Amino acid sequence: MASLKRFSPLPGFGLAMGYTLLYLTLIVLIPLTAVGAKTLSLGWEAFWSAVSSPRVVASYQLSFGASLLAAGINVVFGLIFAWVLVRYRFPGKSLVDALVDLPFALPTAVAGIALATICAENGPVGELLKTFAIEVAYTPYGVLLALVFIGLPFVVRTVQPVLADLEREVEEAAAGLGAARWQTFLKVILPHITPALLTGFAMAFARAVGEYGSVIFIAGNVPMVSEITPLLIITKLEQYDYAGATAVASVMLVISFLLLLIINALQGWMQQRYTAEA
Amino acid sequence: MSGTITLKPGSLVRHETLSTREPAWVKGVLIGIALTFFAVFLLLPLATVFTEALRKGWGAYAAALLHPDARSAIMLTALVAVIAVPLNLVFGVAAAWAIAKFEFAGKRLLITLIDLPFSVSPVISGLIYVLMFGAQGWFGPWLQAHDIKIIFALPGIVLATIFVTFPFVARELIPLMEAQGSEEEEAAVVLGASGWQVFWHTTLPSIRWGLLYGVILCNARAMGEFGAVSVVSGHIRGMTNTLPLHVEILYNEYNYAAAFAVASLLALLAIVTLGLKTLVERQTRRQQQKKNELSGE
Repeated sequence: MASLKRFSPLPGFGLAMGYTLLYLTLIVLIPLTAVGAKTLSLGWEAFWSAVSSPRVVASYQLSFGASLLAAGINVVFGLIFAWVLVRYRFPGKSLVDALVDLPFALPTAVAGIALATICAENGPVGELLKTFAIEVAYTPYGVLLALVFIGLPFVVRTVQPVLADLEREVEEAAAGLGAARWQTFLKVILPHITPALLTGFAMAFARAVGEYGSVIFIAGNVPMVSEITPLLIITKLEQYDYAGATAVASVMLVISFLLLLIINALQGWMQQRYTAEA
Repeated sequence: MSGTITLKPGSLVRHETLSTREPAWVKGVLIGIALTFFAVFLLLPLATVFTEALRKGWGAYAAALLHPDARSAIMLTALVAVIAVPLNLVFGVAAAWAIAKFEFAGKRLLITLIDLPFSVSPVISGLIYVLMFGAQGWFGPWLQAHDIKIIFALPGIVLATIFVTFPFVARELIPLMEAQGSEEEEAAVVLGASGWQVFWHTTLPSIRWGLLYGVILCNARAMGEFGAVSVVSGHIRGMTNTLPLHVEILYNEYNYAAAFAVASLLALLAIVTLGLKTLVERQTRRQQQKKNELSGE
């Protein structure tokens, strides 16, 4: 390790690094390899039949489809939130700013039963939507709604600081050159915040794919219709189908790792972009 | 804004103000959308928790919280947080010290690995420990032979909680300590301070707000974790039920008032967390401003 490290007069590198690596290995790395090892021990036939059964494929479609859609909705509303919080003054602004993080702070089970109650047939939102003949509770729409709730802060909190740092002179210059306000937004502001928007999108998506607690109460968990993948893993575990649960989980893990790499690349892009300007 | 306007020739004023701001109706519509979304998606669920909790009156509310199962869930949740949060706190400080104060190969990879638990589904976070310590797991037979219970017992719940809250403190501290650099610490070393003295008297005071911030978020997640804990707990009432799991059981028994009463405790925790978070953020900003003034910006 010493040869990989550049000289520093500060003490404690060996101790801090050693402890970091030990703790990381014991808590995270070794347990995660258990999934890989178990999956490999299944053999290709058993693995493929576990991850390609119609019920599993339906759950992948729902989990990934609803997560993509939810992350997309979050980009739109997250941008509006970030914009309004950075640019305008209005009554209740500091309350809105503080409570945007509620989906982070509120335990998912609590969010789940609250959303399910609101969207139930006799709940306030459920009744309103019934007049439009939309049923949310116990349908894929319920899954979508819970995922929109859980993902909102990711977009707001990545876009908000970037928008706040945006120099007004650039917009003034665009305006001075005769650009209309919407042109300035589309051609100056939007390209500037695109890396932040994409990062927020990817983070919201990654969180939504794995989300469990806030979804299961509102989804009704009908197999082939509103059953998300994480729930299917738990169902298989409860039936002592450890092999099946692990196979399904390994597919999710691989996709999560890919997403993590993408998010890292996006953040690298953001850092480069925004520090180069500053 | 008025300052800039008076400097401009009169003919330009209208054009300038119009095109670096949105028309009033756009502004109104955007604020309207944000507030509506805020009311429906954030305020309404929060309010629902408390109104449903008190639907049957304060007597039923108190009874739900004083029930022996609820009390043991409260104790277990507190116990798990008391073990998991300090462990991740120590790890976070060690990791941030190594990463922020030294240059070494593979740093980015290490940061990515530390962030890993955030991108793993909570359900899988529980599953991995079942695969390790469960009856059919790697160490299952050995644990059974020695009569040690990890899965469906406290150690499993603690492990799953440590995993899901693993990055919180580290990821708050790493950027903060990187931004602060290490000149002050190097000066202290030159003046003859020992390693621990440098840490306690130089580093710790300047990272205390970031540290607090990370601990607050870590604690909120530790107490509220549901998916991961659900996999390893076994749902034994009065024994391995944490607060979120107790909420689920009551809700699935159609005992809604009691479920929301217990949920309201967790919602209060969330509100306190957000309040503290806002305070800490304000404090950090103030500290930053003071620093900027001192350095003459």
